[in-house]
Amino acid sequence: MSLTARIQVRLDGFDLDVGLDAQPGRVLAIVGPNGAGKTTALRTLQGTAALDGGRIELEGTVLDDPAVGTFVLPEQRRVGMVHQDLLLFPHLSARDNIAFGLRARGTSRSDARRCADEQLAALGLQAQAGSRPAALSGGQAQRVALLRALAIEPRLLLLDEPLAALDPTTRGETRRDLRRTLDGFGGVAIVVTHDPIDALTLADDVVVIEQGRVAQAGTLAEVTARPRSRHVAELIGTNLVRGAASGTRVVSGGAVIHLAEPVEGDVFVIIPPSAITLQSDEPTSSARNRWPMTVAGIEPSGERARIRLEGPLPLVAEITATSLASLRIQVGEVTWASVKATELHAYLR
Amino acid sequence: MLAAAALAILLFALPLIGLLQRADWSRVVDDLRSPASAAAMRLSITTSLAATVLAIALGLPLAWLLARTDIPGRAVIRALVLLPMVLPPVVGGVALLAAFSRRSPLGSWLYDAFGIQLTFSRAGVVLAEAFVAMPFFVITVEAALRSLDPRFEQVAAGLGASPAQVFRRVTLPLIAPAVAAGAILSWARALGEFGATITFAGNIAGRTRTLPLEIYLQLESDPQAAIALSLVLLLVSFAVLIGLRDRWLGGARP
Repeated sequence: MSLTARIQVRLDGFDLDVGLDAQPGRVLAIVGPNGAGKTTALRTLQGTAALDGGRIELEGTVLDDPAVGTFVLPEQRRVGMVHQDLLLFPHLSARDNIAFGLRARGTSRSDARRCADEQLAALGLQAQAGSRPAALSGGQAQRVALLRALAIEPRLLLLDEPLAALDPTTRGETRRDLRRTLDGFGGVAIVVTHDPIDALTLADDVVVIEQGRVAQAGTLAEVTARPRSRHVAELIGTNLVRGAASGTRVVSGGAVIHLAEPVEGDVFVIIPPSAITLQSDEPTSSARNRWPMTVAGIEPSGERARIRLEGPLPLVAEITATSLASLRIQVGEVTWASVKATELHAYLR
Repeated sequence: MLAAAALAILLFALPLIGLLQRADWSRVVDDLRSPASAAAMRLSITTSLAATVLAIALGLPLAWLLARTDIPGRAVIRALVLLPMVLPPVVGGVALLAAFSRRSPLGSWLYDAFGIQLTFSRAGVVLAEAFVAMPFFVITVEAALRSLDPRFEQVAAGLGASPAQVFRRVTLPLIAPAVAAGAILSWARALGEFGATITFAGNIAGRTRTLPLEIYLQLESDPQAAIALSLVLLLVSFAVLIGLRDRWLGGARP
């Protein structure tokens, strides 16, 4: 009950060659810069592009294997897809967009519409059931596109930059709804994104693609805390802390994090490694977040060094090689980490 | 510059004014009701509609073939399809005659095997009109298919729709405006067809004598009747222009 894929496609300029393993009930994020081959990888899973080499196997069924000439057509794959541009059928109402997949699979028109109406009502969109896509807001259209993909009860759900088309205000809210929907989805879900925040808030596992190759793969916590390359670190390496927010205070394990803006509920707090200041004595600066830490590891990387810290909150700090030299910190020593509240970003989970 | 442009406008306007001015409005209705005129109009309407149906039925798959597939010799096929648009219609009629007359291999086989004679028959009128009119339908629909984002069809397939379902439920509705425009355009062309019809199907009253043929004939004997019938075709042309104004006259279409 999982997806195992080795995706090899010849592209202009470079070859895409990535391995993907995804488990049902988990969300895998494929992260990488634009043009890295992420969308092409999705298209091979969907069946709108064919592999040149490799193999795609979903729940024990081979979908594509050029070596033996197996290729399952998109309409027979039961793969749901949400495109960056959504691609809702402009001539059909929201209801008929969602009902489309059921109708194609032989459900009667009235049953398919009833099912679509129930799905819309569950998201509070019953008033938009008869609206054409052009009349929907960005957030509404995104939800309709997701419902349309989920209506066929896909074994695999693909989301290509699902939030990229939204404006920043709707984005947060839609992201939260999407997370909730993905939590309730039992199949394999894959999200392609170039926005680290999307990956950090939506995914359980991460694959970082760079120039058609996997730069790093692992659980979200592993990859964000221990990026194996400068590139991965820049793309997604950060401190991701989950906690309970009340006002500007977030409680996470034994630590309290102070935010600049109040927020309520279950949140992710992102603490950029480069925003963390280290010093040997308790800081007297204005930074409200300060924790005594033990140095667990020092990883020099060019002009900068990543310092792994253990304490009330496991953190990675990134400092320049110069300050590393002047601090003279050693593994096992105690140091104070401080960070300004304004440097933190909190996202409702 | 301006004078030349004004001259050009006059070139288009003067014949129109002449036609309206020469018409004897008191007897236009009677002229149109004469048995010969009525028969020609009835024939023209039925044959042009039949030719349009034929153009849609054959033109839709052809447009799809040209827009969406990579068959070898596509450029040649397109040139062949567009040829009737630039070919003098009378040459088209001669060519149809060469292919389908009872003296040709195909024509004699059709007659011997099925008793079908296309020359000098109503079916021949329909064939001649479709030959001349179908290219208008094909290029209009092909252009629409080309500008249609193929990802809509991919999405539909991904949702489980068979190729036939994709075409019927997604492709066709999305290109419907172009299909309608192409159909109107080819119907108007079929309605006005003269050269190929008279050459291939002849000029038999009540059977192959369509409106344009009747006009040509009446011009000798009864010019007022010819003008009355011309007004009918003029009216139709105007209606088509108004119907397609969004496409051609830079209307509301974004």
